Amino acid sequence: MKQVTLKINDVEVTVDAGTKILDAARQAGFEIPTLCYLKDVCNDGSCRVCVVEVKNAKNLVTACSATVKDGMEVYTNTDKVRKSRKTTIELILSNHEKKCLSCIRSQNCELQRLSLEYGCDEVKYVGAVNHYELDDSNPYLIRDNNKCILCRRCVNVCKKVQTVGIIGATNRGFATKIGCAFDKPLGETSCLACGQCINVCPVGALYERDDIDKVRALIADPDKYVIVGTAPSVRVGLGEEFGYPIGTDVEGKMVAALKTMGFNNVFDVDMGADMTIMEEGYELMGRLKDKTAALPMITSCSPGWIRYIESNYPELLPHLSSCKSPQQMFGAIMKTYYASKLGIDPKNMAVVCVMPCTAKKTEIHRDHQNASGYPDVDVVLTTRELARFIRSTGINFRELKDKEFDAPLGLGSTAGLVFGATGGVMEAALRTVADVVSGKSLDKIDYKAVRGTNGIKEATVDLGGKKIKVCVAHTIANAKKVLEEIKAGKSPYTFIEIMTCPGGCVNGGGQPIVPSRVRNFTDVPALRAKAIYDKDKKAPLRKSHENPVVKTLYSEYFGEPNSHRAHEVLHTVYSKREKY
Amino acid sequence: MSNEFIETAEQREQLRRALEELKGVDGPLMKAMQIAQDIYGYLPYEVQVRIADALDVPLEEVYGIATFYAQFNLNPKGKYTVGVCLGTACYVKGSGKVIERVKEKLGLEPGETTADRKFTLMATRCIGCCGLAPVMTVGDDVYGNLVPENVDEILAKYND
Repeated sequence: MKQVTLKINDVEVTVDAGTKILDAARQAGFEIPTLCYLKDVCNDGSCRVCVVEVKNAKNLVTACSATVKDGMEVYTNTDKVRKSRKTTIELILSNHEKKCLSCIRSQNCELQRLSLEYGCDEVKYVGAVNHYELDDSNPYLIRDNNKCILCRRCVNVCKKVQTVGIIGATNRGFATKIGCAFDKPLGETSCLACGQCINVCPVGALYERDDIDKVRALIADPDKYVIVGTAPSVRVGLGEEFGYPIGTDVEGKMVAALKTMGFNNVFDVDMGADMTIMEEGYELMGRLKDKTAALPMITSCSPGWIRYIESNYPELLPHLSSCKSPQQMFGAIMKTYYASKLGIDPKNMAVVCVMPCTAKKTEIHRDHQNASGYPDVDVVLTTRELARFIRSTGINFRELKDKEFDAPLGLGSTAGLVFGATGGVMEAALRTVADVVSGKSLDKIDYKAVRGTNGIKEATVDLGGKKIKVCVAHTIANAKKVLEEIKAGKSPYTFIEIMTCPGGCVNGGGQPIVPSRVRNFTDVPALRAKAIYDKDKKAPLRKSHENPVVKTLYSEYFGEPNSHRAHEVLHTVYSKREKY
Repeated sequence: MSNEFIETAEQREQLRRALEELKGVDGPLMKAMQIAQDIYGYLPYEVQVRIADALDVPLEEVYGIATFYAQFNLNPKGKYTVGVCLGTACYVKGSGKVIERVKEKLGLEPGETTADRKFTLMATRCIGCCGLAPVMTVGDDVYGNLVPENVDEILAKYND
């Protein structure tokens, strides 16, 4: 690639042609503040915080969107630049609800940090201020436009990454606000509930609905037997909330913390994922034998994706696996098998799941998710809520001694664990299906073609002599391409994994928020996924069907995969939903 | 004001054909919205949904544009548009009082339409005849040198 040499603050740097000043400055060792810019998401250049001086340029230029040129001389920290940035921030603050003391993003707010760094006077410009009602019309997130700074990161992630464009800017000038078409509340739209908008918000305008008090009430209820289960990705995200580097596995401390918080059992949803693999793997093998069955079969673990297909491609619903998600299988097993084993009425059992996901908060309210006659799962907390919950109890997380999940249902294979990364469900399914079809325990179980963060990945795999093509897509933008192929009758695949969030669940909408100054220069999903694959590499139990808990569940309760009872407890149905 | 969406088979067919022709054209959205407004006089929910579906763009994008540009109407237009100029010259000559009288008489805020779909009230910027200030227009007719007392008599002319 053509190279360009320029000077940044008198430091010479050579970069690829087409590089933006922001990235070139980083290579030269200078950080330029940003507010609206977010790598791969938002490059509207609207906030003007990243302005720099370029020699012989008439005006200040935005470093996030201006491309380097040979011989360019850039100054990132002159008086003129600092004054401009300060005024910009003060103007943004003039129409920002400054309830910082109790704001959920306090100390993790990009605007707060910039205000501090630039010594901004938050009441310098006094004038008209917009007042908006909170949008709390749904069970997963809340929008507070009083804090919105109109950076449009949420709009871009919704429109470009997820392609649904549920939210956007309406009206004009001072009346501009972010909202839905015809000012409908979010709960009345076909929003995916993916929560990616929360993860990209630089301030406290978007946040998950906090369900910690519901969990406290369940624990305090002497009549309730309360079980908590944690999703694969939570253990590789939670540590960030307690100062660990991105991609640190804190499973032992997480379990230890939960064990001090009053739950009757602390289990691993990886076990639910193992059961999903059994049911989904056998479902796939069944479909391969049945000439009338819809192929390719598509995974159904990601509730944002389910919401998308129900609203946008209802004609393709027969392609969805009928399997409940790991979370819902986990809850259903607790309230049927485990409740009867303990001899307690499922009415008196509560299942709390900790998830990297906001859409999981809606999944629990779906129809056909109540195998015992009671909801399979009662409350979902995101990784962020768990961190707040732990902090509020006064536990010193970093000093906890590692503990293990409870017996007997706490054991998950690392096939269940890899569900957390894009490609993980596919890999876990192939490990089991290849063994079952060949009748052997195969050693070659690393399906590396389906790993990594490429948007669409494909592989040809050998299942007992029969070759099939499989595909893995993450983000709805990529899913849509795969769906259009199916719709046109041109899909070359037999089995497809779709995850709503970029990078899969490790980067779900309930995971710790990474500020743009880190996110712009770090592949966060890849680091978190690495922690998962590292753990898998060293694990003794790497196949779902070899998990002794899975074997016991089938021998004692379900009989065999896809049995009548398995269908009643572990499978569900989908239906068309209105798009508007 | 009644906001019920009513259309003729002819209008429906016109929009369908226009959207069909715009598929595959670069940047078709604004054009589609302009055509739709020409056909219906405004951009109701039902029409915006048809545009979004035909061009495969989010409904919010259509709505965002419709609320950004003052030229797009979200409410039905009456047979006669009453425009009262609030440009500088008209305003200093008392058009504020004129529009107050129109609002009172028709029971409308600017941008709204009477239930019988006869009058739509618009507050306009300068229409270029400051010598006649204050000015109001009804349809294509221009009335100048107004005082609020003229309003009743002008509106009464449009009694068909």
